[in-house]
Amino acid sequence: MDFATLIQILDSTVRLATPLLFACLAGLFSERAGVFDIGLEGKMLAAAFLSGAVAAVTGNVWLGMFAGIGASLLMAAIHGLASITFRGNQLISGVAINFLAAGLTVLLGQNWFGLGGRTPALTSGGRFEPIILPFAEAMAPVPVLGPIYSELISGHSFPVYLAWAMVPATAWLLYRTRFGLRLRAVGENPAAVDTAGVSVTAIRYAAVAICGVLCGLAGAYLATGLAAGFGKDMTAGRGFIALAALIFAKWRPWYALGACLLFGFLEAVGNRFPNIDLGLIVLPAQFMQALPYILTVVILAGFVGKAIPPRAGGEPYVKER
Amino acid sequence: MTVQANAGRPDSAAPPAPPAIELRGISKAFGPVQANKDISIRVARGSIHGIIGENGAGKSTLMSILYGFYRADSGEILIGGQPTAIPDSQAAIRAGIGMVFQHFKLVQNFTVLENVILGAEGGAMLRGAMTRARQSLLDLARDYELDVNPDAVVEDLSVGHQQRVEILKALYRQADILILDEPTGVLTPPEADQLFRILRGLKDQGKTVILITHKLREIMEITDTVSVMRRGEMVATVKTAETGPEQLAELMVGRKVLLRVEKRPATPGRPVLEVENLTLRDGQGVERLRGISLSIRAGEILGIAGVAGNGQSELLEVLGGYARASGSVRLNGQPLDLSGREDAATRRAQGIGHVPEDRQARGLIMDFSAWENAAFGYHNAPEFQKSNILMDNDAIRADTVSKMERYDVRPPIPTLAAKNFSGGNQQKIVVAREMDRNPDLLLIGQPTRGVDIGAIEFIHKQIVALRDAGKAVLLVSVELDEIMSLSDRIAVMFDGRIMGERDPATTDERDLGLLMAGVVQ
Repeated sequence: MDFATLIQILDSTVRLATPLLFACLAGLFSERAGVFDIGLEGKMLAAAFLSGAVAAVTGNVWLGMFAGIGASLLMAAIHGLASITFRGNQLISGVAINFLAAGLTVLLGQNWFGLGGRTPALTSGGRFEPIILPFAEAMAPVPVLGPIYSELISGHSFPVYLAWAMVPATAWLLYRTRFGLRLRAVGENPAAVDTAGVSVTAIRYAAVAICGVLCGLAGAYLATGLAAGFGKDMTAGRGFIALAALIFAKWRPWYALGACLLFGFLEAVGNRFPNIDLGLIVLPAQFMQALPYILTVVILAGFVGKAIPPRAGGEPYVKER
Repeated sequence: MTVQANAGRPDSAAPPAPPAIELRGISKAFGPVQANKDISIRVARGSIHGIIGENGAGKSTLMSILYGFYRADSGEILIGGQPTAIPDSQAAIRAGIGMVFQHFKLVQNFTVLENVILGAEGGAMLRGAMTRARQSLLDLARDYELDVNPDAVVEDLSVGHQQRVEILKALYRQADILILDEPTGVLTPPEADQLFRILRGLKDQGKTVILITHKLREIMEITDTVSVMRRGEMVATVKTAETGPEQLAELMVGRKVLLRVEKRPATPGRPVLEVENLTLRDGQGVERLRGISLSIRAGEILGIAGVAGNGQSELLEVLGGYARASGSVRLNGQPLDLSGREDAATRRAQGIGHVPEDRQARGLIMDFSAWENAAFGYHNAPEFQKSNILMDNDAIRADTVSKMERYDVRPPIPTLAAKNFSGGNQQKIVVAREMDRNPDLLLIGQPTRGVDIGAIEFIHKQIVALRDAGKAVLLVSVELDEIMSLSDRIAVMFDGRIMGERDPATTDERDLGLLMAGVVQ
């Protein structure tokens, strides 16, 4: 494998990791506040659909993005209402959101566009354009550093840079601010927050809303950045991969970046090398495509070390007395 | 503003300082249950005021109203003479009320400092808040003997230190009135003494302390005034110096209560249980039992004292057939298999009855009815079978009715779910089940935890009666009073070891307290 191929794979890793990173950080906010969310997938799907649809109709990618965030927020509101206000089962609410999104996107898509659930292919204004960083052209001929800067670092679209910026932002919010302290406390022992005179409900809703915004960005990037339009079930389990990455990352922002890059890398390798010839056997394309999912199963089955989830995770808060 | 009438006082005299807290006519009902009935109470500033009552007497409800967890249906709260509405905890904190709950409200994986500032950060950024809090924490530590490392993670702290963090939390929020709910339940006697010193220090600095407890000894030791609650009503408020434990117990229960257990001297017979070098490692490989050796003879009660979590639970689990261990255990001379092949059912068949420490988790299935619970573990007994397949539920129900009568379970309704009985009556169901089979050895853990005084008296009598019938009893309790009054011999456990054995007639709480803290004499 030569250097150019490596750069190509890494470049593709960065792009493929982006929706995972958004979704993973989304899950991090929600779960650190004690609200488990297996509905990341559904929220992403709803956001991908509406952003694709709005971008196609208006030809404006930004309107598409905000529409996607809106769709995801609506789903997040349902999850919040079910699991915070009505103290329902968070897993069931998440499953319901996944089903709702899977069905509704195809139904509305067919109704609006008549393309079998897809949205019309996006033209230039409806997609996120690459951002060429300063001096990218000038740097390109420099050996090693040149390609790294001009191809790997430069030339991604806005959501990619935003996702990377979200990592330090999340860490800062979580560990340096009052809001972060309360959010982490609510996920560990909501009674401590409640008796300190702070509303558990408000913090959990805030966390779920942030989760909604980030899932919306993940979905919008899928439909208007990575692809050129929405396609049926286009999230393809990325919400669940993001959950696995979250567990792998032990609910920490910087680890989340690493975990998402690993999954993105596996996907990139699978795309670049459909068949890998090991001499004795040839690994089939299906196997390479399945790699991220296999790793997901391995992580969720708990083979990768011990990850301690937030202690109050999954439990609705009920005042003791 | 309402001006308080100074009844009978001439205007020229200085008005008396208003009480720190005054409650007027507080009532609160949960559905048909009247938890608080027209409660009025005055707590003088700078005093330690005890509130005592049985479980379910309404103490906790009253304090929850004061801390803004519940809203009273009617009545008025005055703080420092001012009528004050307390709709939520924030309002209570603003009014200068701090609460130390029985179950600490701490975030286990946060540092002491983070726990103290949570909810009172004083700014959107943490850095400044942390610096300020660190300084005031050091000041508070100096003023009130509340030493605790601000950077320690709470889950690494002892229970006593965690409690200090709770007190610090309240003081950091400038509480003038500190409410402590059953604060000594989890402490060793030396830790409790230290807590009392801290409380006296707070009082000397002009703080008002409200102490909720069911332990008469503590009320007598530390309070200035005591209020007694019974079935939702405030039945009396008296000066502590003018009352005594017997009178308080009578006020709590509403009838005369025997505080001392009456029992004849023991007449121990042959050894029933012989334990040698019992060792147990938990899942993480930590030794929970480190070479325990003990023996109990027929007609004898061996009490195991110790702070919770020093191996007592594991000892009960091994003997009861829930956990594996190495070492040797003989029952009536026959060795027991500790490898895990024999389970709790085998143990029961061998003649070991077990009243588990945590009755709600291990003693009962809370959603099942009393008659089902009264047969568990013995449900395969021949008299409960109709045929090879069918159980004879009528026989079990009839048996339960008889048990309920003999063990004074109220209400005597076999079809009622276990969760609908009070703590004391739940415990009586378990005790009835385990004692009724006449076991050679009874394991009984925390027999009276969460049980009211009337039921405590009854359960204690049953334990002594079993002993007098020539059975062996292994009693594990964190209540020293209970250990001292029931046991014929006392063994103290610390860190998985037996620190020593004592004769209850010649030992005292100080002596046992040192052993419980691991001090070798």
